[in-house]
Amino acid sequence: MSNSDNQTELQKTMLGQLKASQRKKMIFNLVVLALLILAPAVIYATFLMKILCFALFAVAFNLLLGFTGLLSFGHAAFLAAGGYTTGYLLSSYSGLTTEMGIIAGTAAATVLGLLFAIVAIRRQGIYFAMITLALAQLLYFVFVQAPFTGGEDGLHGVPRGHLFGLIDLENNVAMYYFVLAVFLGGYLLVQRIVNSPYGQVLNAIKQNEPRAVSLGYNVDRYKIIAFVISAGLAGLAGSMKTVVFQLASLNDAHWHMSGEVILMTLLGGTGTLLGPVVGATFVVNLEYQLSQGPLGDWVDPILGAIFVITVIAFRSGIVGEVQKFVKKNLN
Amino acid sequence: MTEILGIPTAVLFGQLLLGIINGSFYALLSLGLAVIFGLLKIINFAHGAMYMLGAMVTVIMFDVMGVNYWVALLAAPLVVGCFGVAIEYFLLRRIGGQDHIYSLLLTFGVALMIQGILTNIYGVSGMRYAMPDVFKGGFRLDFMYLPYYRAWVICVALVVCFGTWFVIEKTKLGAYLRAGTEDSQLMQGFGINVPLLVSLTYGFGVMLAAFAGVLAAPIYSVNPVMGSNILIVVFAVVVIGGMGSIAGAIITGLLMGVIEGLTKVVYPEFSSAVIFLVMVIVLLIRPSGLFGKEA
Repeated sequence: MSNSDNQTELQKTMLGQLKASQRKKMIFNLVVLALLILAPAVIYATFLMKILCFALFAVAFNLLLGFTGLLSFGHAAFLAAGGYTTGYLLSSYSGLTTEMGIIAGTAAATVLGLLFAIVAIRRQGIYFAMITLALAQLLYFVFVQAPFTGGEDGLHGVPRGHLFGLIDLENNVAMYYFVLAVFLGGYLLVQRIVNSPYGQVLNAIKQNEPRAVSLGYNVDRYKIIAFVISAGLAGLAGSMKTVVFQLASLNDAHWHMSGEVILMTLLGGTGTLLGPVVGATFVVNLEYQLSQGPLGDWVDPILGAIFVITVIAFRSGIVGEVQKFVKKNLN
Repeated sequence: MTEILGIPTAVLFGQLLLGIINGSFYALLSLGLAVIFGLLKIINFAHGAMYMLGAMVTVIMFDVMGVNYWVALLAAPLVVGCFGVAIEYFLLRRIGGQDHIYSLLLTFGVALMIQGILTNIYGVSGMRYAMPDVFKGGFRLDFMYLPYYRAWVICVALVVCFGTWFVIEKTKLGAYLRAGTEDSQLMQGFGINVPLLVSLTYGFGVMLAAFAGVLAAPIYSVNPVMGSNILIVVFAVVVIGGMGSIAGAIITGLLMGVIEGLTKVVYPEFSSAVIFLVMVIVLLIRPSGLFGKEA
């Protein structure tokens, strides 16, 4: 009798704790959302949009590295595929509304992601990284020579156009809220995937692939789907970036960009949802600050040094370390 | 003028020669990668930077101290090799027990640093390195003109590749290396200094890259970014060949150079992409690579 009373008592307190932590999370989310909505009043909107685009790119990338354990060294290909497709379509067909161009860009990157995945999935680990890097380089050559990318010059003066044919995106504030909405959509999608049964299987693959195989999961199929979603979201980020800055260039397709998104994710914290966002914010800020000062030419060596320090000293990244600290000291 | 399939033989053989030269570089570089991979189980992303360092050190030593080509051929790889050992000792060793992805990212960061620093000092426009006088001129063969230096590059690259193969497959030191590849813990148990072996292996792989850099200095433009593009091609070569065998890495390297050269004759715009396409085809047909053992 008293035993079961104890149990219900215990359950109640646990439930209470759970509710409290959920409430804390909810408050945290609302505060962040409010800050994001108010941000353009304080910070230059274009800069914020740049951060959000790269944050979405990094979140997409982290679905692979952080939640599936696959290191793609060719994600720039998807960013560029999305950007070029959207840029070309919006420049060439004035009747097209902006969201149509963005959807087309995302679709192009998704298809490309499927092609990459079918080839790359045949090897594991570091081979996977080398293959994706080589495929992205192949695509880089395509972008240099293809007639629709503008070659070395890239695409300039891409019109932002009207969202749904109604909202004028030349207005920076409207543009910002559109980018914010797309970013949040992408973020919530990844969050939903990670917490779904499908996401659990991805985690199992990351932890122990042979075991996942022996449990009867079609591991290759799971990996391909994760890769395709990640590529599609990276393409979406590229499309948004093209609309925001009204240009698409070879920089987005270069291996350097693939390295940068790895750094953002690693620095922020792989395997955490918030990590890539923090990492992207940090790296974009750092690059901007450096470009303003006397160290403008030293961006690459500094990024390289951050890479080395992160790998050696704190592999769980900023968010990962904060989580560890909170767990250790506050519970 | 004689023709084969409508292509003048001089053009054909000329491109074939260039292909074999490029292939020699691919072979030297992928050999170094394979040696490092064998014992350390990591992919050295800084390999391209080491190749570049080999060439840059050669040029800088000549400009500053007047060191000639023959001395540089030994000295530059030694300098870069020592640098490599330092990287292994101070950086790579610290993350020995971690996932190999981290060592790959670490070497990528190192490559970014080296390349960025040198770009700031020397710019990307490229430096010239005068061809040693001995190599001026060439053989005039019936079907083509073969410059002395290119003949030298092919010969010396083949000799170095064969020498490396011989040391690893036929000598006692090579036997240690191969044993370490199989089970380094057991080797340690037999009283062999594995950490030292690891450092030296990394240093040796890096030396091979730097040696390729010295060979490249008189014929290619020497600049801080010369290593990054060739490295990606070499990665594709490594994927095609598989890193299971030393001989496989050498043969694949030469073969891919030739294929690239021949593509230049038929369809020049496509030549920079052909190796990547071969990689895709090989992966679809034989995922473990031409000479690979495991799937």
